[in-house]
Amino acid sequence: MRAWSWIRAYSVAVYLFMFAPVAVVLLLAFNSSQFSGFPIEGFSLRWFRRLFENEAIMRAFETSITLGLLTSVCATTLGILASLALVRYRFPGKDWITTLLISPVLVPETVLAVGLLIFLRYLSMPRSFLLLLLGHSIIALPFVVLVVQARLVGIRRDYEEAARSLGAGPFETFLQITLPLLLPAVFAGALFAFTISFDNITATIFWRPAGVETVPTQIFGMLRNSVSPEINALGFVMIVVTVGLPLTAGGLARYFARRRQ
Amino acid sequence: MARVELQSVTKSFGQITAVKKADVVFEEGSFTTLLGPSGCGKTTILRMIAGLEAPSAGDILIGGRRINDLPIHKRNLGLVFQNYALFPHKTIGQNIAFGLKYRGVPKAEARDKVRQALEIVRLPGVEDRYPTQLSGGQQQRIALARAIVIEPDVLLLDEPLSALDANLREEMRVELKSIQHRIGVTSIFVTHDQSEALAMSDRIVVMSAGEVQQEGAPEEVYNTPATEFVARFLGAANLFDARVTAADDRLVELETAAFGRLTLPRDRAARLGDAGPARLVVRAEKLALSEAAAPPGTVSAAATVAAVDYQGQLARYFLQIGDSQAQAIQMIDGRPYPEGAEVTVSLRPEDCTALPPASPDGESGPTGR
Ligand SMILES: Nc1ncnc2c1ncn2[C@@H]1O[C@H](COP(=O)(O)OP(=O)(O)OP(=O)(O)O)[C@@H](O)[C@H]1O
Ligand SMILES: [Mg+2]
Repeated sequence: MRAWSWIRAYSVAVYLFMFAPVAVVLLLAFNSSQFSGFPIEGFSLRWFRRLFENEAIMRAFETSITLGLLTSVCATTLGILASLALVRYRFPGKDWITTLLISPVLVPETVLAVGLLIFLRYLSMPRSFLLLLLGHSIIALPFVVLVVQARLVGIRRDYEEAARSLGAGPFETFLQITLPLLLPAVFAGALFAFTISFDNITATIFWRPAGVETVPTQIFGMLRNSVSPEINALGFVMIVVTVGLPLTAGGLARYFARRRQ
Repeated sequence: MARVELQSVTKSFGQITAVKKADVVFEEGSFTTLLGPSGCGKTTILRMIAGLEAPSAGDILIGGRRINDLPIHKRNLGLVFQNYALFPHKTIGQNIAFGLKYRGVPKAEARDKVRQALEIVRLPGVEDRYPTQLSGGQQQRIALARAIVIEPDVLLLDEPLSALDANLREEMRVELKSIQHRIGVTSIFVTHDQSEALAMSDRIVVMSAGEVQQEGAPEEVYNTPATEFVARFLGAANLFDARVTAADDRLVELETAAFGRLTLPRDRAARLGDAGPARLVVRAEKLALSEAAAPPGTVSAAATVAAVDYQGQLARYFLQIGDSQAQAIQMIDGRPYPEGAEVTVSLRPEDCTALPPASPDGESGPTGR
């Protein structure tokens, strides 16, 4: 009994320690004080107002969202195609290709970042937004592949074979049968890809062209001068985007699934 | 509707040969069953006809046309799977209309056809439901409706009843057969259930280990098995060692240890030579038990009842006849013979079949059930 209450207390402490910083950011975002820190002097939305007036931050937001959406589209498309190949077809070197596709998760991001830069130098190409998109897609791809593959394995081939026998060509079969059945995984993968891109800082610092800032690199830049309360508001927005988006999507998916029954 | 023909079709998966040089003709409008134990290559044959697997060698003809290289979606076949494979994200109506879309059937006409198909399978008015809202038997009817609504040249059914429970299975078997009869589509049905095969088929193709063992009408396959495997696989059969002692064009005389000499009509021993060893096949229900002397026109032997399996109106007896064991199935009037009873078993020679003994290399196969 005693051992269990110890474990419980310990777990609570660990979780508190982990989530306290998040709570602090969320709280301080509404603090009216000039200085980022406790005590909380009063409730105010002024830091949010300041945030929306800050052009650099708004530009960074725009970049991040564009980049996130594009990454999501690229990684999801590639991920679906790769999963189809890996699950539905047999070809030599399949295991190697699987490992290769998953490897960006395993390789330290710094190594990946430097690697891609050196490769570009070798091709004598400058850093560009396209490179950033390419890089983010590589980082997000494994997650999409893992999620989509898991779902695809569970979709029996009977469905596709039935569709084919009824007269649907291979592409029609994909559009009519495979893709709709895959959709939950496609959504999950796309969300993953978006949040991974939106959150990424390590690789982005290496890859971004001069003058381009994403939200994380912008925050990083601002922190070097001082911890402005604006950053708390920005943190609040980021948490809402990266946590709220998947939660909302999940809730919507459940809602529609229930209506179907 | 069309005739389907396999011309020495072989299919290998790496080292495994799933189908060996199969030559089979499925007549136009007939209901043919591919029967055999698990893994004998039934599904593989069906999938090759459907275009889901390519034959390693040989040709497949549908309606006289070689279709080896025709992709699945251009073959116009109806496919019914063991697990129904109804599209879970489409309504029943959309499921059935799926194939019509690719045949350029206008919307209104498609709706009519869907309604007709649902009437044929006796499930009218379920167009707007989803597959999960139907029972297993109902789902299988929808799968059938989806396959027949496109008016396929051939209907291919891979163990369509095996996922249903016993009562429903027997009901569906009658219904499936009557639907097939009504629309007259050439049907190829796969099963490992011999009673299903006997009940439904115009013709049965018995397979074992990738090879066709026998092909014929149900009674033909049942009464005159061509190989020991077929004898054992369909129904309960007894096999006794025998020797040909005399033979001509009309009659074959055999000597057996258990029953002495008996004479069979030639057509019951068509595959036997004029001398040498043979196997006498006697169906369990053709062995008659009695306490009195054997009736005239039969051969008989003394036997001991070793065990009784009482099944209500029937009893299955396990008998010891001299050195050999045998099974007998009999209707019971009164009480079954008890264990240890001394009885006379008799059989009519014209109910038996004689085969050459199985070659040592193959055909030992699984034993009968
Ligand atoms: N895709 C495949 N790859 C490798 N071997 C296969 C493949 N499909 C079938 N086989 C092999 O071919 C043989 C015949 O298989 P098939 O599925 O035709 O059997 P079946 O008669 O339908 O059996 P069941 O009654 O169990 O369905 C089996 O030994 C099986 O292992
Ligand atoms: Mg099978």
